[in-house]
Amino acid sequence: MSRTTLSGWGRTTQSIATLETPRDEDDVARDLNQSREVIARGLGRSYGDAAQLSGGVVLSNLELGGVSPIDLDGTISVGAGVSLDELLAFSIPQGWFVPVTPGTRQVTIGGAVAADVHGKNHHVDGSFGAHVKEMRIVTPAGALTISPTSDAELFWATIGGMGLTGVVISVTLTMMRIETNQVRVDTERFSDLDGVMAEMLANDMHYRYSVAWVDCMTKGARMGRAILTRGDHATRRETNKPTLTAPKSAKLFVPFDAPSGLLNPLTIKAFNELWFRSAPKHQVGEFQALSTFFHPLDGLRDWNRLYGRRGFVQYQFSVPDEAGDTVVQAIKRLSSSGVPSFLAVLKRFGPSNPGPLSFPIPGWTLALDLPVGPSALPRVLDDLDELVLGASGRIYFAKDARLSPEKVRAMYPRLDEFLAVKNRVDPEHQLASDLARRLDLVGS
Amino acid sequence: MENAFGQPQNVVVLGGSSDIARAITKKLCAARTHTVVLAGRNQSLLDEAAAEAREYGATSTDTVLFDAEDASNAQRTVSESFEKVGGEIDLVIIAVGLLEDQFKIENDAAAVERMMMVNFTWPVVALAEIRKRLVAQGSGRILVISSVASVRVRRVMYLYAGAKAGLDRLCDGLADSLEGTGVSLQLLRPGVVRSKMTEGQKPVPFTTGVNEVAENVMKGLASGDRVIWSPPLLRYLFMVLRHLPKPVWRKIMEN
Ligand SMILES: Cc1cc2nc3c(=O)[nH]c(=O)nc-3n(C[C@H](O)[C@H](O)[C@H](O)COP(=O)(O)OP(=O)(O)OC[C@H]3O[C@@H](n4cnc5c(N)ncnc54)[C@H](O)[C@@H]3O)c2cc1C
Repeated sequence: MSRTTLSGWGRTTQSIATLETPRDEDDVARDLNQSREVIARGLGRSYGDAAQLSGGVVLSNLELGGVSPIDLDGTISVGAGVSLDELLAFSIPQGWFVPVTPGTRQVTIGGAVAADVHGKNHHVDGSFGAHVKEMRIVTPAGALTISPTSDAELFWATIGGMGLTGVVISVTLTMMRIETNQVRVDTERFSDLDGVMAEMLANDMHYRYSVAWVDCMTKGARMGRAILTRGDHATRRETNKPTLTAPKSAKLFVPFDAPSGLLNPLTIKAFNELWFRSAPKHQVGEFQALSTFFHPLDGLRDWNRLYGRRGFVQYQFSVPDEAGDTVVQAIKRLSSSGVPSFLAVLKRFGPSNPGPLSFPIPGWTLALDLPVGPSALPRVLDDLDELVLGASGRIYFAKDARLSPEKVRAMYPRLDEFLAVKNRVDPEHQLASDLARRLDLVGS
Repeated sequence: MENAFGQPQNVVVLGGSSDIARAITKKLCAARTHTVVLAGRNQSLLDEAAAEAREYGATSTDTVLFDAEDASNAQRTVSESFEKVGGEIDLVIIAVGLLEDQFKIENDAAAVERMMMVNFTWPVVALAEIRKRLVAQGSGRILVISSVASVRVRRVMYLYAGAKAGLDRLCDGLADSLEGTGVSLQLLRPGVVRSKMTEGQKPVPFTTGVNEVAENVMKGLASGDRVIWSPPLLRYLFMVLRHLPKPVWRKIMEN
C-alpha cells in the first residue's frame, strides 16, 4: 500500500490515491470491503482520468495474471492484468492473434474490456467485447461469472463500463487464426477529405483492416489530405518467408519531459508534411510486420513525454453514417482555429454492441491529438462537442479528459440503464474514478 | 473534478462578493463549474453573486457568512463552505482583502491591526484548514489573490502591500510544501484593477478591468503557472522594477 500520484497517458490532471496490487479475487474482495471508494487500473493507457481516483484506493490489475492454453477453436482464458503485448508474445507463435487490438499493445485485458476497445477492423469484427465469452468479476455485491447468457445485463454494462461495475479478474475470449506475422497492405494517398471518405465508403468492406491518417493543419484546397492504409493478414502462400515470431519490446525511450513549446504549430506542420511526402501515392500488396501495421508508436516508449509538462488531450468522436459531414466540419473548425494537431485518425465503424455505454456508432470515428496550451483549445473543443451532439454522435470515455456531464447525458441516451445496473451491484457507490466524478457516472 | 484544462466543477470562494472574485466565478461557471459556495460578510451581496453564478451556468450555489476581521472564525468558515459543496473540492479561491486610505489610518493601531487581520492573518489561518482538507482529498487547487503591490512595497500603501507581501511569500513556501500531495497553490498578482476597492484612486498605467483579470486566471489555471500575472506583461516589468535602486524606484513610483 502506498500513496501514489497517478495520471492518464495525456498527463493532464494528476491525483493522489492509495495504490494496492491485489494478487487474486480474494484480495480484490477484501480491498472492496475495506475501502470507501475504489477503481481498477491497468497500464494507464487511457488518456484522461479514467484509471485514477483522488483520495481513494486504486487497484492495479497487473498481478491478476495467468494465461490458459488456447483451445482448437481459439478460446483462451486470460488474467485481467495480462497485457496484449504479453498475450501476443504467447499466441502469435501458435498462430493466433487478438480479435481486436488498439493502436498500442501496452494495454491490459481489463482495460480492453472496460473501454470496449476497437481496432482498425471494427467495420468487420466489432469491438473487443464482441469476442468475450465470459468474465470473472468482483463487484461490491460479490464475485460473479458473467456472460451474454448469464446476467447479460451486467455483462454488457461491464463492457465499456470503464471499471465502474466491478473489478474484472479474468476474461475468456476467442482469438483469431493467423498464418503468418505479416499483413498485406495497400496504401493510397488522397489530396482531400472527400476523396478518402468516398473511397472508404466504397471499398473498406473488402479489407479486414482500414485506417486513414488525415492532416488537420493544412488549409484551403488541400485541407484534409489523407493517407489510407488497408490490409489483411497475409496467408502462408502469399509471403515468401512465412514466420510466426512475436514483436519485440521497445528499445528507444524518451528520458525527459520535452519543453512545453516543442510541439507547436510550426513543428507539427513540418512533421505532418514529412509524413505525407514519405507515403507512396499508391502501393499495393506491401508486406508489413504485425507490429509495424498495428502498433507503430510502440517502438518509442513514453512518447507522450514529447508533449511536455502540460500534456495533451485526445479528442475522439463517433458519428452515424448520415452525419459524415461532421468529420469535414470538425477538421475545418480545427484548421481554421490554428490549434495545432498531429495527424488525425479516421476510421469506419460497424454496428454497436448491446452495451449501454458502447462508444462505436455505425459510421465514422475521428481521433485527434492536441497539445494543451493554446488558450483557444478549450472553447474549440466545446464547440466540437455541440457539433458532434447535433449529429447524434458521442465522445470516447477512454480518451476524454474534458467533457461535461450534461453532454454525456445527451450523447449516451442509455446512461440511466447503465446507472441502474451499477446501482444493483454497487448500492453504496463505492466504484468511482476521477472521470466518473467529473462526468457524473458514480450514481446516486 | 477539474478537467484537463484546469477548469473546475466544484468551487469555494472566500471573499466571494468582491468584484474580482465575481468576475472569476462568472468565467468558471461559463466553462465547467456547476457547484459554487460563496463566503463573505454581506448576505445581500453574496446572494447577488450567487444569482449571477447561476445565470452563468452554475446549477447549485450556496453562501456562508463570515467576517475576516476575526481569524477565529476562519477554520469554521472553511469547514462550512466545504461541507456545503458536498463532493470533492476542485478549487478554493481566497479573495479576501481590505484596502483603506493609508494616510488616514497609519497611526491608528486598531485600524492597522484590522488591515493585517483581513489581508494576512485570516487568509493564512484559513489556508491551514484548506491545506489539511485538500491533502486528505488528494487533489484540488488553491488560488490566492495577492497583488503586484506585494512585489515591492511602496510608501503610499505599505500596510496593504506589506500584508500582501507576507501572504505572497508565505504562499510560495506553502506551495512548495504541497509538492507530491496532488494539491497545488497558485498566486494571482493583478496590477491595479478597476473595482469597488480602488474607486477614487488616481489612474495608473497597466490598470485593467476585472474581466481581463478573470481571463488571465482561466489561462493560468490551464497552464498551472505558480504565479499568474495580470496583465501578463507585469511579470517582465517587475523583473526590472524590483531591482531598481531605491531613489529611482521612488521617483518612478512618485513615492
Ligand atoms: C497509443 C495509443 C493508442 C490507442 N489506440 C486505441 C485504439 O485504436 N482503439 C481504442 O479503443 N483505444 C485505443 N487506445 C486507448 C486504450 O486502448 C484504452 O484506454 C485502454 O482502456 C487502456 O488499457 P489500460 O490497461 O492501459 O487501462 P487503464 O488506462 O489503466 O484503464 C482504463 C479503464 O479500464 C478500467 N480497468 C482497467 N483494468 C480493469 C479491470 N481489471 N477491471 C475493471 N476495469 C478495469 C479502468 O478503471 C479505466 O476505467 C489507445 C491508447 C494509446 C496510448
